[in-house]
Amino acid sequence: MLDNSILDVQNINKIYTGAGRSLTVLHQINFSIKKGSTVAITGPSGSGKTTLLGLCAGLDQPSSGEIVLNGNPLSQKSEDELANIRNLNIGFIFQNFQLMPTLTALENVMVPMELRGDKNSKNYALELLEKVGLADRADHYPVQLSGGEQQRVSLARAFSNKPAILFADEPTGNLDGETSDKIEKLLFELNTLAGTTLVIVTHDMELAAKTDRIIKLKSGEIISDETKAVVDNFSNSNV
Amino acid sequence: MPNANPIPKNKVSTAWLFKMAWRDSRKNRSRLFLFISSIILGIAALVAVYSFRDNLTRDIDEQAKVLAGADLTLESRKPADQKMIDSMGVERSSERNFASMLYFVKTEASRLVQVRALQGNYPYYGNIETTPAQAGKDFRNGRKALVDKTLMLQFNAKVGDSIKVGALKFKIEGILDKAPNQTGITASVAPIVYIPLQYLEQTGLTKIGSRIQYKYYIKYKESTNVDKLVEDLKPVFEKSNLDYETVSSKKENTGRSFKDVNRFLALAGFIALLLGCIGVGSAIHVYIGEKLGAIATLRCLGLKAKHAFYIYLIQIIFIGLIGAIAGSALGTLIQFALPTVLKDFLPVVISINISWIAILQGIALGLIISVLFALPSLLSVRKISPLNALRASVESEIKTKDPLKWLVYFFILLFVFVFTYLQMSSWLEAFFFTGSVVFAFLLLAGLSKLLMLLVKNLIPNSMSYLWRQGFSNLYRPNNQTLMLTVSIGLSTAFICTLFFVQGILINRVTLSSGKNQPNMVLFDIQTSQKEAIADLTKSYKLPVMNQVPIVTVRIEEINGKTATDLAKADSLSSLKNKQNNENQNQNEPSKGAFSGELRVTFQDTLTAAETLVKGKFTGKVSSPSDIIYVSLEERYAKRIRVDVGDKITFNVQGVLIPTVVGSLREVNWSRMQTNFRAVFPKGVLEDAPQFHVLMTNVPNSQIAAKYQGAVVRSFPNVSVIDLTLILEVLEELFSKIGFVIRFMATFSMATGWIVLISAVITSKSQRLKESVLLRTLGASRKQILTITAIEYFFLGSLATGAGMILALSGSWALASFSFESSFTPPLLPIFILFVSVVSLVVFTGVLSSWKVLNQPPLQVLRRDA
Repeated sequence: MLDNSILDVQNINKIYTGAGRSLTVLHQINFSIKKGSTVAITGPSGSGKTTLLGLCAGLDQPSSGEIVLNGNPLSQKSEDELANIRNLNIGFIFQNFQLMPTLTALENVMVPMELRGDKNSKNYALELLEKVGLADRADHYPVQLSGGEQQRVSLARAFSNKPAILFADEPTGNLDGETSDKIEKLLFELNTLAGTTLVIVTHDMELAAKTDRIIKLKSGEIISDETKAVVDNFSNSNV
Repeated sequence: MPNANPIPKNKVSTAWLFKMAWRDSRKNRSRLFLFISSIILGIAALVAVYSFRDNLTRDIDEQAKVLAGADLTLESRKPADQKMIDSMGVERSSERNFASMLYFVKTEASRLVQVRALQGNYPYYGNIETTPAQAGKDFRNGRKALVDKTLMLQFNAKVGDSIKVGALKFKIEGILDKAPNQTGITASVAPIVYIPLQYLEQTGLTKIGSRIQYKYYIKYKESTNVDKLVEDLKPVFEKSNLDYETVSSKKENTGRSFKDVNRFLALAGFIALLLGCIGVGSAIHVYIGEKLGAIATLRCLGLKAKHAFYIYLIQIIFIGLIGAIAGSALGTLIQFALPTVLKDFLPVVISINISWIAILQGIALGLIISVLFALPSLLSVRKISPLNALRASVESEIKTKDPLKWLVYFFILLFVFVFTYLQMSSWLEAFFFTGSVVFAFLLLAGLSKLLMLLVKNLIPNSMSYLWRQGFSNLYRPNNQTLMLTVSIGLSTAFICTLFFVQGILINRVTLSSGKNQPNMVLFDIQTSQKEAIADLTKSYKLPVMNQVPIVTVRIEEINGKTATDLAKADSLSSLKNKQNNENQNQNEPSKGAFSGELRVTFQDTLTAAETLVKGKFTGKVSSPSDIIYVSLEERYAKRIRVDVGDKITFNVQGVLIPTVVGSLREVNWSRMQTNFRAVFPKGVLEDAPQFHVLMTNVPNSQIAAKYQGAVVRSFPNVSVIDLTLILEVLEELFSKIGFVIRFMATFSMATGWIVLISAVITSKSQRLKESVLLRTLGASRKQILTITAIEYFFLGSLATGAGMILALSGSWALASFSFESSFTPPLLPIFILFVSVVSLVVFTGVLSSWKVLNQPPLQVLRRDA
């Protein structure tokens, strides 16, 4: 384990059992992620990317192995303790935005801060909305926003609790090309500004290529784990 | 592995939970209110009933003196010791009342009435209400009478007309609007005629064997403690066989007699509320299901499971509170209608006041019930995994394995049980009621599961697409089959049972008045008049269908023990039973079984209504030294705990007659003829004081009027009961009771409909995407409506059918075991009810899809997204 790592994944296995059969979704996964780095987890559908993201973010428990997030081992933790860890350490961006339809854009951004009892949540949320260019839409409900705008609100929300690590699940998967580019740009800008570790799960190799490191999964196993220099060299040598 | 860093706790404040509950409810408030509106009518019904009960109790308290009319009322079957009466109080009145025929001289019509022969200034509190008002006092001064207003109308009589009571004519002095302690219903069943007591002897109606009730009304000084006085005089009253009633016991008795009415009304309201609760429960289940994504996201962002639960609990508490307040407000308004609905049954004038206790009870009940029935779904919130935010397929349905849920189900049952107990004051009845509700619920739930299973496995692929789609909507995820079957089924069952029971009771009377059955009964015939009346009957070409002697006797001893001892021993054992069981068994003998009068006959053969079940029937005693074998009705024998071979000594007007129980008979009481608990053989009671009863069948009302007139003119002491008239009175009574039942059933019906609308609207959001998708793929309006109609038609048919089967079984059981009558299901009303309920379900279902069809698919898809 690296001293400056924010996420350590050690010998992770995830097996689903049901109807008399068991299905291994992840097999012997090991990796560490450095603080402040950007990582993409890629792979074909069904390779176990989202399952791995869920485990790393403490949304689910592995069948065996250990995950240590920002110094906190996640196994043996109760659901409430995990919720606390998520609130204090993690930001999320979802493919389908997952904004609460009954909350305005501003309120959606405020929720993570309110959960930790921040008094100044409104001002900071407005500041974040300003950064994503939606200050004038603060009082709008998600249904009144376009897909791109919803994802921008989602970005603002993800950074609102000043997370140590940000997990993004196909952040541009539901957006058109032009909007995707804008969202990607914004995501990396905000991430650099906040110095957050970014873990992106994506099919999109162009997006993956913008990260420092790409972990490739296939059938629940890591088939490659390459840093940006290697990726760039590989890309150049193929030109 | 690194040591775990201390994790600072996130600080979710209560204020934030309230804020989130408020925010989250924003776009759902109208829907949440619709869910809760299911309980509004139930709460309204209960608050109305509770308010009415409070007002009634207070009014009875305030009007008890007027109800009683005197400080003390004494009552007996024999004249009391006049000296004793004269020594009591400051003022006294006497009354003798009995049933007799009243003859209207002008119209030559007659009818059985309750004659009250009065002397003195009774009532001392309140008035005999008459038109003109003075008549209530003036009639006592001459041969004048007061005649009940319904009788006056019925026989087109006017003040000043003449009537004949027995052998004496009286002038109608006034119309009797309301006698003390009289309700609209008692007036129509037994109309009252007041005459002065001093003329009673001259009417010739006071012969031996006449059934006269003697009443004495006594007024005391205001300072007298009448209850204390009565307590001291109790032994004297008991010795003289005098029943007594003071203002406070009158208050108690009147309140008690309305307890049953209140219980019925409260239970009817509670059933409406329970139906609403089922609606609330399942609507909240769907609501929470739809919130799955939002809750998962909040969990991802760090919200604890219990805090997620609190957010939705707060929503339910607030909406429940609003529903309960709305229901209580509506109930307070409805209570204004209840006195109008029940006016014919009320002895007091009801004042309308807002009962804050009833309102608070309603609000508390609404709050408890909405939270309790929402809890099973709310508890699921704790189990929603944050993983749902990443992939929706993780939990398409909320997991149900939660021990806390079973605890909630237990509390729901406990609540129903305790609430029912509070209404019924009997654990056994509360147990049966709760058991019946649970049974009905399980049966309907089982039927819906069966339907889903059958449809899933039996619908052939060869069936047209529209039918297959309509059918498969019944079992696919998010279907409403269970909820709709239970709510529609229960409301149908409740309404139909009330309807069927009413039918059974009316049928029972109507059947007994069939063409070949007697429809006119003459009683109080003296032995000397027996032959003459039979001849008169024959002269009108009417059949003498049943002519029997009746002798009044008392039980003196059973197997050597005196009736007084038996009654004492029995009241002790009854008391013990009561303490042990809280519920006195109906079959237990009562004090009256030993001490009361018994009307018996003598005959040499069994009648068609009697079947020998034990022993040997003896029809004749040939010599005075023979043992007298009497035959007892089997249930009566059980009540007084005797069997074949036991010895009973009867007291026949002072003469003791030892007998042995020779046989037991089963008697068909529903047959329109005289039936007896005890039958003597011929050769014993022939010389005892007796009267006779004659029955005949009169073909129409003209002959009935002529025949009755002739009987009353020639034999004034003889009373005639015209069964056709009794039927009319009963029908009137049932229509009034039916109105009350329908009034309360309306709450259940309306609640059932609201639950249905709420369920359909809830399921609409489930079906919306599908319909729009079908629309996008080119399905026509007709096709989508057909699919919806098929789904709701089968749902409605199953639920209504199941509800009707429950009602039919319940009514059959009631008819067989409670009313001892047969039950033939009324096919046409069943069909009409079935079609109406099913049409309503289909109409509501189709209407909800209509809106979707009138909008472009994209607009709906976008909004839904």
